[in-house]
Amino acid sequence: MARKLPAVDVVLVGFGWTAAILGQELTDAGLNVVALERGGWRDTSTDFGVTFAQDELRYYWRRALFEEPARETLTFRNDQSQTALPMRHLGSFLPATGVGGAGIHWNGQNWRFLPSDFVAKSHNTQRYGSLPDGMTIQDWGVTYEELEPYYDRFEYICGISGKAGNLNGKIQAGGNPFEGPRKREYPNPPMEMAYAPTLFAQAATETGHVPFPCPSANMSRAYTNPLGVTLGPCTYCGFCEKFGCGNYSKSSPQTTILPVLMRKKNFELRTECEVLSVKHDMAAKRATGVIYVDTQGEEWEQPAEIVVLCAFAQHNPWLMMLSGIGQRYNPQTGEGTLGKNYAYQIVSSVDVFFDDKIMNPFVGAGALGIGVDEYNGDNFDHAGLGFIGGGYLACWQTNGRPIETHPVPKGTPKWGAKWKQAVAKNYLTTATIATHGAVMSHRGNYLDLDPTYHDVHGRPLLRLTFDYTDNEHKMSDYLTDRAAEIAKAMKPREFHAKKREGHYSIVPYQTTHNTGGAIMGTDPKSSVVNRYLQTWDLHNLFVMGSCVFPQNPGYNPTGTVGALTYWAADAIKNKYLKNPGALVQA
Amino acid sequence: MNIFRYGALAAMAFSAGIAGTAAYAADTSYAQLQRGKSLVDAGDCVSCHTVDGGKPFAGGRPIETPFGLIYSPNITPDRETGIGAWSDEEFYNAMHFGTDPKGARLYPAFPYPYYSKLTRSDVDAIRQYLNTLPPVRSAIAVSANNAHRVSGLIWPLNYRFFMRGWDWLFFDPGEFRPNPKKSAEWNRGAYLVEGAAHCGACHTPKNTLGGDENSHLLQGANIQNWFAPQIANDVRSGVGSWSTDDIVEYLKTGRNKFSGATGPMAEVVGNSTSKLPDSDLHAIAVYLKDTPGAAVDAGSKPEQKIFASGKAIFADSCAGCHQANGQGVPQMFPPLAHNANVQSSDPATTIRVILEGAQTVPTSARPTASSMPAYNWKLSDDQIAAVANFVRNSWGNSAPAVSASQVAEMRRQLQANIAQ
Amino acid sequence: MSGPSVSRRDLLSVGVAIGSTAALGSGADARSYAGKMPWIPGEANAPEPITAGPFQFLTPDEATFLDAAVARLIPADDLGPGAKEAGVTTFLDRQLAGPFGKGSRWYMQGPWKKGESTQGYQSRLSPAELYRAAIKDIDAHCNEKFSGKKFSQLTADQQDQILKDLEQGHLKLKDSEGKTFFTVFLQNTIEGFFSDPIYGGNRDMVGWKLIGFPGARYDYRPYVKQHGKKLNLPPVGLKGRPGWNPNT
Repeated sequence: MARKLPAVDVVLVGFGWTAAILGQELTDAGLNVVALERGGWRDTSTDFGVTFAQDELRYYWRRALFEEPARETLTFRNDQSQTALPMRHLGSFLPATGVGGAGIHWNGQNWRFLPSDFVAKSHNTQRYGSLPDGMTIQDWGVTYEELEPYYDRFEYICGISGKAGNLNGKIQAGGNPFEGPRKREYPNPPMEMAYAPTLFAQAATETGHVPFPCPSANMSRAYTNPLGVTLGPCTYCGFCEKFGCGNYSKSSPQTTILPVLMRKKNFELRTECEVLSVKHDMAAKRATGVIYVDTQGEEWEQPAEIVVLCAFAQHNPWLMMLSGIGQRYNPQTGEGTLGKNYAYQIVSSVDVFFDDKIMNPFVGAGALGIGVDEYNGDNFDHAGLGFIGGGYLACWQTNGRPIETHPVPKGTPKWGAKWKQAVAKNYLTTATIATHGAVMSHRGNYLDLDPTYHDVHGRPLLRLTFDYTDNEHKMSDYLTDRAAEIAKAMKPREFHAKKREGHYSIVPYQTTHNTGGAIMGTDPKSSVVNRYLQTWDLHNLFVMGSCVFPQNPGYNPTGTVGALTYWAADAIKNKYLKNPGALVQA
Repeated sequence: MNIFRYGALAAMAFSAGIAGTAAYAADTSYAQLQRGKSLVDAGDCVSCHTVDGGKPFAGGRPIETPFGLIYSPNITPDRETGIGAWSDEEFYNAMHFGTDPKGARLYPAFPYPYYSKLTRSDVDAIRQYLNTLPPVRSAIAVSANNAHRVSGLIWPLNYRFFMRGWDWLFFDPGEFRPNPKKSAEWNRGAYLVEGAAHCGACHTPKNTLGGDENSHLLQGANIQNWFAPQIANDVRSGVGSWSTDDIVEYLKTGRNKFSGATGPMAEVVGNSTSKLPDSDLHAIAVYLKDTPGAAVDAGSKPEQKIFASGKAIFADSCAGCHQANGQGVPQMFPPLAHNANVQSSDPATTIRVILEGAQTVPTSARPTASSMPAYNWKLSDDQIAAVANFVRNSWGNSAPAVSASQVAEMRRQLQANIAQ
Repeated sequence: MSGPSVSRRDLLSVGVAIGSTAALGSGADARSYAGKMPWIPGEANAPEPITAGPFQFLTPDEATFLDAAVARLIPADDLGPGAKEAGVTTFLDRQLAGPFGKGSRWYMQGPWKKGESTQGYQSRLSPAELYRAAIKDIDAHCNEKFSGKKFSQLTADQQDQILKDLEQGHLKLKDSEGKTFFTVFLQNTIEGFFSDPIYGGNRDMVGWKLIGFPGARYDYRPYVKQHGKKLNLPPVGLKGRPGWNPNT
């Protein structure tokens, strides 16, 4: 039986990016806020300082900063005909545990979605007619224009390095001409560009594209954000994604918000506290608090006036399922919303091999790269292509960490003398072009509870049913072909296009861009949360993160997750507190 | 001599106590309370009189002395466990003469040799402000009435005491006397530095008997395995290259383009100087800039072999933050080039910071609590000495050589701290 | 992988409120943070280098097998030392003796089913158990096929053929899944060849020298714009490089 604690105004479940933002914004509004984090305290110098952050084995391959499947995992199958089995160790995606969440170990590739991405269903049906069978995309209920100030807010908190391509509707030389209009420039100029992306930019220009420096949360110079928190300049050490930044030069909760938030008297963080469920009073349409367990196995009830789910993407809908909130999605009937529209990302790459061009791949940063956006979203005419959506192509130079990064030409054995020779020959002289594609939601891709497997607390594991559809394969192949054209224009010795073939596999690392399951929308029949990320069922329960994306556009999600969080925080402060209740009438 | 001085002091305290029976009318005006608060801030009273995580001013913080730990008393107005029952006169006697209400000597861990410089009016303001604090009944702290009492045993006088204000032998009670030849601002600065802020408690070297070497006022001193650097006006190892605005910025925000406040100074900035009005900070700066500094011996250069390995360690391990040219990043990573403490003759702080890292104090103006990681597990004594020698003798820096045995000794001292 | 200083943090702050938690009146026993950014001098969640000495997990037979097998996966040749010379067997031993070998972070609850390849690792064996079972099975197979010889006693070509059969799933083993073992073993061998020397492999940073990776450095700003230039930076491990030592 959980022991009841004194009530607080707000309880935040999880303590990564979204909770840090909400903690800061809601304490500013005078509320008492408690955050509950299942992992421990983590900070730069003590937990990933420059003295030991550059440890590929420990941080990536032994998963030091990530979720432990022994404690929580999910089960997975490609479709309903299969039996879902547990993800026994991490692979395809890397959720975090601990203060800062995945905001510690992201690359820092920080994008805005296109204006048309937010109205994907109406836009695409209007332009191309009916959608493919089984595609369940929908409009978000919020528009790019509404989110623009909140994108801006997040970018200035983070100190994003980049070049505007569209200032108030006017296209800017040097930036991404396809982006939605922004009100002002990025807070920092683009990073210095390494060799491989520079060669890519030349080839992209020659082939008729408009290359631009990708927006980066790695600092191109020292920067002090609007909260007064200072970040150092990125040193291009090549240990970003899967690692914490040792010298305060990658935006994370720790480097942008926590120094201010942690000093506040009306904020408290409790670590090693895992929330088991949300308590609620359905009749009153209110959440009443959360139940959590500490490391000693004691259960506690933390009552709160407002409950916000800020855990990693799929954990939020899982918690709602475990708490009996909402109507679970039924793929047979299409009814229900909770767990609906799980989506992901589809990625592929082209390795470009040179004899004489030394790239020094270890000189890198998580978001150091040149992109082209001609094939993203609806930036191109899809007529006759057989798919909708798209993605960007980019030549990143993120790392030369050798366990992970040792490209070899097609046909090279995976071991032995020939492998060794190929690794030694190509390590310094290979560039890679990545494609990063959208995944449209589909009626067969969803989350529910597993009937067989349980976590350490005896709770049913989340069950993920997911596969790529024809739309994704056609789209990804199209992107890969375009990337190969640019690769050819780079005049390499040879190149190797690695298309994403076959079924989705949970084994190799792809991206940690899991979306959907508690999607947002315009009415309770088709969504779990309204445009302010407030659940339709309980007016004081809000859900953050990419689980609210109705489908996953062709960009990395963090920028939009940040923008939506600021948007929701604004709604809570300026609308909900004045008149607690449903912010959108069902 | 000791006995004589002690006796004389006790007599003075006694007579003052008698005089104190004449009541003063307490001034509890807003202005008086604000003045008191400002002085309490300047004196950083809260740091010593608060235990980590405890109620402010309720005491109980263990303070290291060569005799072991002394627990700071509760100075909230609780009548039984705090100082609520003290008369204003008794409070003045404590501040001015270092005596408790029974006339007994207080341990000079309490820096009354500095507080003695405060005017009666200011001491009263402090008292009135403390009276407004919520009374805390503190079972942890030893009562103010018997903490700090000198036991009467013979003092180990030949021991060099590292405590703040551990200089009672050289104590001359008496209020600050303004220097009419100096500006009002200079005098305000002197009053704060020599009085409430008690800067010399750390920054003035002590003689072998623990008293301030007033001929070396504010020229830097070793205290509890830190080197409190020279803050007099020497260019290389003091504040000679700092403008008054640089000093104000440092005291206000915890950092400036030359340095960041870490270690004990982090607490001073966080609890004290960052809360002072700019006018007081400016006055302090004016006074410090006018305090004659002493050039310190640069010593002999480290051997080439040691210098070369130090250079390699710096390039591979330190330049990512402090930059290859030692210039650091403004407001973020302190510069090592032309850094006063780095060039101090005593390398204690440099060695210590390399060993156990350091957090720059966060302030409202500069909330970034950036910290340097500990190298204690990563570098050997030889390697730490080598990199210390490199940073102390590069980019125009010069300072005496550091030996591996000095590093080993610091390691031992810090380990002993943990064991406590 | 936690350094000794972690226990120090625990000593100092477990169950103790840091800062003024009183503001919110936490009644729970959890570690609570409020009022400041916590920081403790001397604390480093530093990596644990391996300790020298005899094998901690491997039997002599297993070590002999691995010495032979890693030498085929990454052989010594004109380009330089291979996995055996780089100490990969020692690396594997310490990995298998530690949390990785035990699969301590892995979800290891049944029921157990083979599953599709897209569903990933589904063996009930932890990595250490998998190595133990597979090495035994492979040596038994060799014993049978090559008249009493162990894997380590075969010719290089014979060893390569066994490894290829494992890789392609052609070799059926008694108590273990050969292809699963080979996947884990190859990955771990590459890890041992390229990970920091503190973990026992990549001895003298030979893996990094082979390809030109400069190791655990933290500042490449001077080189970002040096397009196409070979830098020839000496590699640095987490515990330094020879140039750091003033006494050599």
